[in-house]
Amino acid sequence: MSIRERLSGNEAAATAMKQINPDVVAAFPITPSTEIPQYFSTFVANGQVDTEFVAVESEHSAMSACIGAEAAGSRAMTATSANGLSLMWEMIYIASSLRLPIVMSLVNRAVSGPLNIHSDHSDAMGVRDAGWIMLFSENNQEAYDNLLMANRIAEHKDVLLPLMVCQDGFITSHAIENIMLEEDSEVKRFVGTYKPEHYLLNRAEPIAVGPLDLQSYLFEHKAQQGEAMKKAKDVILEVSKEFEAWTGRHYGLFEEYKLDDAEIAIVCMNSTAGTAKETINKLREQGVKAGLLKLRVFRPFPGEEIAKALSHCKAVAVLDKSDSLNAAGGALFEDVTSGMFVNKVNVPTINYIYGIGGRDTKVDDIESVYKDLMEIVNTGDIGNPYRYLGLRRK
Amino acid sequence: MTDINNNTPMEDLTIGGNIYEAGNAMNFKTGDWRSMRPVYISDKCKQCGLCFPVCPENAIPVNKDLKREDFNYDYCKGCGVCAKVCPFQAIEMKEEGVQE
Repeated sequence: MSIRERLSGNEAAATAMKQINPDVVAAFPITPSTEIPQYFSTFVANGQVDTEFVAVESEHSAMSACIGAEAAGSRAMTATSANGLSLMWEMIYIASSLRLPIVMSLVNRAVSGPLNIHSDHSDAMGVRDAGWIMLFSENNQEAYDNLLMANRIAEHKDVLLPLMVCQDGFITSHAIENIMLEEDSEVKRFVGTYKPEHYLLNRAEPIAVGPLDLQSYLFEHKAQQGEAMKKAKDVILEVSKEFEAWTGRHYGLFEEYKLDDAEIAIVCMNSTAGTAKETINKLREQGVKAGLLKLRVFRPFPGEEIAKALSHCKAVAVLDKSDSLNAAGGALFEDVTSGMFVNKVNVPTINYIYGIGGRDTKVDDIESVYKDLMEIVNTGDIGNPYRYLGLRRK
Repeated sequence: MTDINNNTPMEDLTIGGNIYEAGNAMNFKTGDWRSMRPVYISDKCKQCGLCFPVCPENAIPVNKDLKREDFNYDYCKGCGVCAKVCPFQAIEMKEEGVQE
């Protein structure tokens, strides 16, 4: 039986971690994810978990401690944001290349500078090619649910990759909303015990982890990571199906909101999807066939599935909450359009950079995007495909 | 596992290059990294036993009578620690590859 509660996104993430009760949590506080290790250390102090909490001196050490713990054969988790993730960067690649299924709660925040503590996706986009599974969450419920599924996905024998669960800083991390929690015992049953096949503290099998890997081998080991990422797609769907049978809450690679018959559609991630749904409801009342594709699984990237889901649309806008500063499109736009191109789906598609540094994105803003899309449908003219949403300019 | 070499297809490699067998450093001869070579002068050696415990590569063989023998150059990297601890100048460091 699910339990009705009201929690902030950070409380939801910390609650999931409490119920998972990992062997090790190593973390260093950084806004806006500070509350996650803060709440978690309270659980440790109160004896509600038997986790070894490592209060490290930096995020580089936090990820290093997680790597050591996971390689030793234990289940390790952490939480961070923005520059904290930047400081982990070196170890982020070590974690994935050593195939250690560490789970991270990433509360998305702009990477400085100039200094900003509010939400955008520049932190996550900085590690999008690092070999981590990346799940995005619209609200506290999805942040909680994604974390409950995280270990099962990451630790699957066909996967063995680290995984991060993203949610928007402050917008969801600090907003208290209704949530359905699951019973501790049920979570324990679903998540299960971590039983690695090979681990450093196994006295019966002394092993070496992370040896020198030169020209004759690194290529093959990277390709192995790539294969595991491909297999992760099926594992995510499999675990999500089992999760749905347990909780009744459905998760796929992405959510299609009124997309079936949509003529114009937006693709976005995290909390903006909620604003887009509200906008769609409003537009639908006016007879506008607007729809949404909310991406949950950003890595592995479901390019083929996205292309198929958008193939019937007349115009599409991809919203990037991070600017790649490459004189072309944002990261999500480039992935979506390349997925469409490769799968021979030719729908006029434009890109918006929005919400940078926590810039508010309201229903009116999203509505203006749909209006632009209607204009494209009517005129057949895409105009400038690289646009900003909510930017002040002359 | 032991048969892994630069013709092994990716499907047969361990993940992350993990090595699941202990003691395999024997299979990796590192002596060719050496630029300085220790030369054992057995006439000066008093078999005091100070040199072999400090060798990081276990490249000074000790026989069953607990006497040291000549260097195992397959693994000696020429660090010179043994020459430094020898009280009897029974180990001389010479440049590798230079004929005298």
